[in-house]
Amino acid sequence: MSANPQLDANGALAHLLTLEGLPRAIILHILDTAASFVSVAEREVKKVPLLRGISVFNLFFESSTRTRTTFEIAAKRLSADVINLNIGTSSTSKGESLLDTVDNLSAMQADMFVVRHAQSGAAHLIARHAGAHQHVINAGDGRHAHPTQGLLDAYTIRHYKKDFTALSVAIVGDILHSRVARSLVHALNILGTPDVRVVGPQTLLPAGVESLGVRVFHDMRKGLAGADVVVMLRLQNERMRGPLLPSAQEFNKYYGLTPDKLALARPDAIVMHPGPMNRGVEIDSAVADGAQSVILPQVTFGIAVRMAVMSILGGS
Amino acid sequence: MAARIRIRGGRLVDPRHGVDAQRDLYLADGRVVAVGAAPEGFAADRTIEAAGLVVAPGLVDLAARLREPGFEYKATLESEMLAAVAGGVTSLACPPDTDPPLDEPGLVEMLTRRARSLNLARVYPVGALTAKLEGERLTEMAELAEHGCVAFSQANAPITDTQVLWRALQYAATFGFAVWLRPEDAHLARNGVAHDGAFATRLGLPGIPAIAETVAVGTILELVRATGTRVHLCRLSSADGVALVRAAKRAGLPVTCDVAVHHLHLSDLDIGYFDSHARVVPPFRGGRDRDALRAGVADGTIDAVCSDHTPVDEDAKQTPFGESEPGATGLELLLPLALKWGEEAHLPLAAALAAVTGSPARVLGIDGGHLGVGAPGDVCVFDPAAHFRVAAGTLRSQGKNTPYLGYELAGVVRYTLVRGDVRYEAAGERG
Amino acid sequence: MQLPDAEALCADLARQLRAHVTPETGMVGIHTGGAWLAERLHRALALALPLGTLDISFYRDDYRTTGLHKSVRASRIPFDVGGRHLLLVDDVLYTGRTVRAAMNELFDYGRPESIRLVALVDRGERELPICPQFVGTALGVPGGSMLRLGRDAGGRLALRLDA
Repeated sequence: MSANPQLDANGALAHLLTLEGLPRAIILHILDTAASFVSVAEREVKKVPLLRGISVFNLFFESSTRTRTTFEIAAKRLSADVINLNIGTSSTSKGESLLDTVDNLSAMQADMFVVRHAQSGAAHLIARHAGAHQHVINAGDGRHAHPTQGLLDAYTIRHYKKDFTALSVAIVGDILHSRVARSLVHALNILGTPDVRVVGPQTLLPAGVESLGVRVFHDMRKGLAGADVVVMLRLQNERMRGPLLPSAQEFNKYYGLTPDKLALARPDAIVMHPGPMNRGVEIDSAVADGAQSVILPQVTFGIAVRMAVMSILGGS
Repeated sequence: MAARIRIRGGRLVDPRHGVDAQRDLYLADGRVVAVGAAPEGFAADRTIEAAGLVVAPGLVDLAARLREPGFEYKATLESEMLAAVAGGVTSLACPPDTDPPLDEPGLVEMLTRRARSLNLARVYPVGALTAKLEGERLTEMAELAEHGCVAFSQANAPITDTQVLWRALQYAATFGFAVWLRPEDAHLARNGVAHDGAFATRLGLPGIPAIAETVAVGTILELVRATGTRVHLCRLSSADGVALVRAAKRAGLPVTCDVAVHHLHLSDLDIGYFDSHARVVPPFRGGRDRDALRAGVADGTIDAVCSDHTPVDEDAKQTPFGESEPGATGLELLLPLALKWGEEAHLPLAAALAAVTGSPARVLGIDGGHLGVGAPGDVCVFDPAAHFRVAAGTLRSQGKNTPYLGYELAGVVRYTLVRGDVRYEAAGERG
Repeated sequence: MQLPDAEALCADLARQLRAHVTPETGMVGIHTGGAWLAERLHRALALALPLGTLDISFYRDDYRTTGLHKSVRASRIPFDVGGRHLLLVDDVLYTGRTVRAAMNELFDYGRPESIRLVALVDRGERELPICPQFVGTALGVPGGSMLRLGRDAGGRLALRLDA
């Protein structure tokens, strides 16, 4: 296998494609830098001049207003020029290939691409194709990775729990299709979390998932017992009824986070969710809006983490 | 009239006749006329000096896509037939997944006529088992056979309706035709792009489980038991699939099977960082599966090793892994990769060559893949010690798609003879 | 070369500043050396408002060539900057680029009434039109070397010269 495609010859971050295999020092640098950006957001002017003159292209082949907006805010707070492209509705439907699109945007002097694509590995492909001074940030590729989400989750956990090395983290729901779960598992492993659990029915757990460095639970009550952090995953509508699950109701009963199930975790456990939530499916409102929920702070931290990633890449 | 040719001083390896020794080979009228001593009064028109080279039967490849008709932007008959002889392949079977598929006698006839006019390797078309490969209506198999089809197949297209498969096998058995099937349950394989295992899980690639193969093998074997049809299973990929075939053969079922040569070497890990050149069908599976495939060839459970040659244009590979077109170019890598396997498995050279010469010839039901007196004059003369670098510029096939790009491989073909004539000669080497 | 005693310079600066501060004066130190110095001056002058600190990494003009600094600390200004007289404190004043970045950052917190610059050492060689109001000492230092303020475990300040 060739060298890590997201590091440059000096071992510095050139692209952010996945958290798997990233040196711990780079992840900590991102988290530490993000902490400084959190304070920037509390000022009168929520903007720093760091990325002045840099063009950030949001390339969303799969639409997601929410994620795109957080990247857009992050780039704008760094004073970058931001161009949003929803390719899902434009060029590829006209037959233009992914790399043709990238070539075209490169000719428009793009410095940074933020890429969201339904296919695993799309960001890797673009990074391989990009020019030497261009940086690619993976904003979610298929089931593979969503590294900035993994980083903001890690940031949130560190914010509330300080130390990773004595934590139990339970990730619950549709692990099979979840790039969020994969990225968080990699982050937690790199940061030294001793107990990472995935919880779900067999149909929602991918083959050989233990090899990612997790313990597998099918019984949510056992999976949540003594957990410090509970991460609920979004269940896509189209997967609620079919060969993977019989109904949203049955899923909620056995794998939805309800106050009584949460009571099995540690009393100071925090509850996270990448959003958007399906209330009453994977999470009950009483928990989502409850005292242990840190779902809204996750969003705030998400902007700071994305600013950190962009500012580290933009100067490399 | 073919010339009289003497191939002198080479190491003659003829697995079928148990020959591995320095012997001269004499060809006349398109056939082998003598081995060792020259026949009485033989005056060679040409002598090929083969000292230091191996003289072997021409390779017989059970699966090479020539991409005509329909996919000329990926490859042409001419480019791929040149690739065949450059790879030492003198006979090849081509699957019916052209566009349109080989489901009508006229198409088959056109292909064989075009191939014959190029006068390179021999081409054996495999006809479509069902019309348009749609898995619904039977083709006119008897008529297709009269026009040259040697067997019938769905290539990579599924028959999802088991009743159709059963009837197709019954109909083929009526005429004694062989049916070649790649065992894969279409429902279990649906949407999958890589072996369903820990590596695909890490990369987030939708998986094709090994049970997609074993369930299909199980179904096919039961149908063979019921119908008595001669079935050849194409491109085994899993350890459990090999075990099922081994047991079926022991039970006396009339089945044979093959494996693509790259499956003897690579596993799912070779996808690396989403290398679309490693996207093939069936997918590269785990290391245990690869080891079982190697053992299966060595013990004869797997009858033949083929190239599964599939030229794909670069545009169709320069996409995210899951959207890329599967397949690898292989005609020119069959020999070196078979040699590499033989060496790694500590097998005699003859054993490695048998898997790509005599054994596949037997599956195909042709006289070939050996160099006994009277055999067709199909010969591959190669330098086992010479290396070459696999690169776009060194491949004659129009398809440059292979996970071996950049590799150095041993085994360079110097001469390929078909029907007793030199049809390929490496540049700068004169006999 | 013989470097001046940082502790003595610090005490001298405190004396200079005493007449110029009011209960409304805000003090801001630039990470890292400037913040240490500001901490000492803040205590010596018994300023009423809490001390502010700036990490100017997000405002540096060499970001495009040298990238983001390896360790970035959060800037923290725990008082309202708008309409206030500020003392901006740095350890060594040299090209003036750090001070420019710091002033840009300060203005993103609000519009101060005035900013006066305090430096322990002025080594000259300014590249920008920036001039300090309070200086411990002026000191010529060979080009290419780095003059820095250090702080030991006991909190004592000392200057050091790195090649």
